[in-house]
Amino acid sequence: MSTQERETIELNLYQAHKKIYPREVKGRFQFKRKLAVVVLLGLFYLVPWLQMGGEQAILFDLPNRRFHILGLILWPQDFIFLALLLIIAAFSLFFFTALAGRLWCGYACPQTVWTEVFIWMEQLTEGGRNQRMKLDQAPWTWNKFRKKTSKQILWVTFALWTGFTFVGFFTPIRELANHIWIWQLGPWEMFWLFFYSFATYGNAGFLREQVCLYMCPYARFQSAMFDKDSLIISYDEQRGEPRMRGKKRRTENNPGDCIDCTLCVQVCPTGIDIRDGLQYECIACAACIDACDEVMEKSGMPKGLIRYTTEHSLSGKPSRILRPRVILYALVLFGLITGFVTAFMMRSPISINVLHDRNTFYRMVDSNTIENVYTLKIMNKGRETAQYQLSASGLPELSVVTDVDSDMLQAEPGQLISVPIKIRAPKKIANQRIHNILLSVMSGQHKNSEEVKYFGYKK
Amino acid sequence: MNNFWHWTVIVIVIVHLIAYIWLLLATAKKKVAKNDKNTTGHEWDGIVELDSPMPRWWLWLFVISIIFAAGYLYAYPGLGNYQGSLNWSQQKQFQAHYDKVTEARNKSFATFINKPIDELVNDDKAMLIGSRIFANNCALCHGSDAQGATGFPNLTDDDWNWGGDFEQILTSVKTGRNGIMPPLAPALGEEGVKQVAAYVRSLSSTEQDANLVAEGQNKFNMFCAACHGTDGKGNDMFGAPNLTDNIWLHGTSEIIETAIYEGLSGKMPAHAEILDENRVKLVAAYVYSLSKE
Repeated sequence: MSTQERETIELNLYQAHKKIYPREVKGRFQFKRKLAVVVLLGLFYLVPWLQMGGEQAILFDLPNRRFHILGLILWPQDFIFLALLLIIAAFSLFFFTALAGRLWCGYACPQTVWTEVFIWMEQLTEGGRNQRMKLDQAPWTWNKFRKKTSKQILWVTFALWTGFTFVGFFTPIRELANHIWIWQLGPWEMFWLFFYSFATYGNAGFLREQVCLYMCPYARFQSAMFDKDSLIISYDEQRGEPRMRGKKRRTENNPGDCIDCTLCVQVCPTGIDIRDGLQYECIACAACIDACDEVMEKSGMPKGLIRYTTEHSLSGKPSRILRPRVILYALVLFGLITGFVTAFMMRSPISINVLHDRNTFYRMVDSNTIENVYTLKIMNKGRETAQYQLSASGLPELSVVTDVDSDMLQAEPGQLISVPIKIRAPKKIANQRIHNILLSVMSGQHKNSEEVKYFGYKK
Repeated sequence: MNNFWHWTVIVIVIVHLIAYIWLLLATAKKKVAKNDKNTTGHEWDGIVELDSPMPRWWLWLFVISIIFAAGYLYAYPGLGNYQGSLNWSQQKQFQAHYDKVTEARNKSFATFINKPIDELVNDDKAMLIGSRIFANNCALCHGSDAQGATGFPNLTDDDWNWGGDFEQILTSVKTGRNGIMPPLAPALGEEGVKQVAAYVRSLSSTEQDANLVAEGQNKFNMFCAACHGTDGKGNDMFGAPNLTDNIWLHGTSEIIETAIYEGLSGKMPAHAEILDENRVKLVAAYVYSLSKE
């Protein structure tokens, strides 16, 4: 064993954070990313201000437990749709990952999108990559103080506006604006406004790529959806190597196309070197593609030394788009979306719940008739006051009897009424221990039914 | 917790906390050979796992957790029998919430709770609340439509074993009722039971054998009239039912013989403790309103 091998060093397993100073870069993919930022953030900041029919078009009204979405009202009973929507979102993520890699990370993830804006503000106040690095090294002067303060003012203002908008999805944003103006916020409004502002500030201002590297579960499991035909951003090693620059490059016989300018490393927002190969840290933002394309163009070499490609095409094999996993994800996704749309269209504005009385199975009305007693709960999920008619089917000669006045079978929008009802049947017909019958509640053209147990007259 | 467990818990908890700090410091650094690739030593299918460092702030999260644990153990019970500086307990927290709910409830009752009963039964809000208390506490036996079942009286008619005045209903709800009909077979004998049953049936105007009825009436006056009255109309002091109508709490008139033979008992539990003064009043008013309609 040589002395060098026996020499040991002490490693710190908790690394102090090294700030990443991504260099600004222009190019076709960066244009698309900026477009995504503008569209997505635009939607976020503008949507709560949209009005529809005199009320906020999209409002998740938690205290009243109703979600207003473009004129539709969703109730807690419709929670299944949210679950379906989340499943659809998950499968879209799987589908797009299998097909085109980490599109989500690079273009749509809120972490990336807000970080983009915060970095843009940083550039605006502190300048480009080199200036920012120099500024952080420099001693505190008036100039540094001025630049840092303007950055913080921009960041904090933007973060507060984000927090305000976020709360505006849950409480009417126009009222919220008034409440802020006269400084009369409720305790929860206040908490969420500042909490979400702080989270935005912290995530986009300081944590940045660390969220992707250490916290994001998707970054860890996305590789399970990858195969050799998934779209990735990769450096073409065969073409680029041996990389060399300057004098060496001019004297060497057969240099690779990579001029080792390290611009691809400087522009990377997660601080990796794409030339090391596919890494889980890569959020597929394509900044290195744009940087390298520009360099290739200036050096008079063909573009695409770093490009969107697949592992198969890098190794010279043909790439296939339609693979079993893509087809399967697409089929599941299609099925889910169809199911969601159908179920959503068919949802009834009448929500019912029928509970059989627990004390007795059936009761004699007279010597020939029996009755079962139920508590019927009807919720009006529609937008207008509704009147309800009841009927029972499944056995001949069933009748539904209520003690209450007919106006008790009327519900305001959002109201839940609870009425005791009796279903009567001749004992000769209802002569089994248990019958399954159908109780229907109708209002206009809407109808909802529930199968209920009917205990018959059997000695 | 006795002294032994008290100290055992304290020692275990504190030793753990100290051990965590030691573990944190001991694993924060590691010595590796200079040219080592620094892997964890794990290998799957030729892929080795790098032992990459965690970010420093991750370490701070552990430190904050330990500081939090120390603060928590100071403020809340956790160290053996030590009650914590805040003197918090589940019971106290429950009581505080319970009092808060009771206060809010009584506040919302304030507009109607002191109304006289005739006005109270016409107060829609009071009756709605009464109906909900009924649904939660009474409907289990009396049915959600309050029309009862075998052994559980119908509360919507005018037939009351223990009296149908508001005060009487209120007492029934508050203190409960215990209806007992003693078994009379030893006193009456088999023949006597038949005779009395025939007489009782004749009271609700059904045709019976005249001889049986006459004998039955004598025996009824001797053994039954004390509670049910000589006219058989019952007595709401004892909860003795009226036998002259055709309402039979324990089924149909077919069970009269069995009832005389074996006796009967019915129990309405007391609700003064389960509900409180105000809610007992509201539910009694609701029940009262049912027979008024």
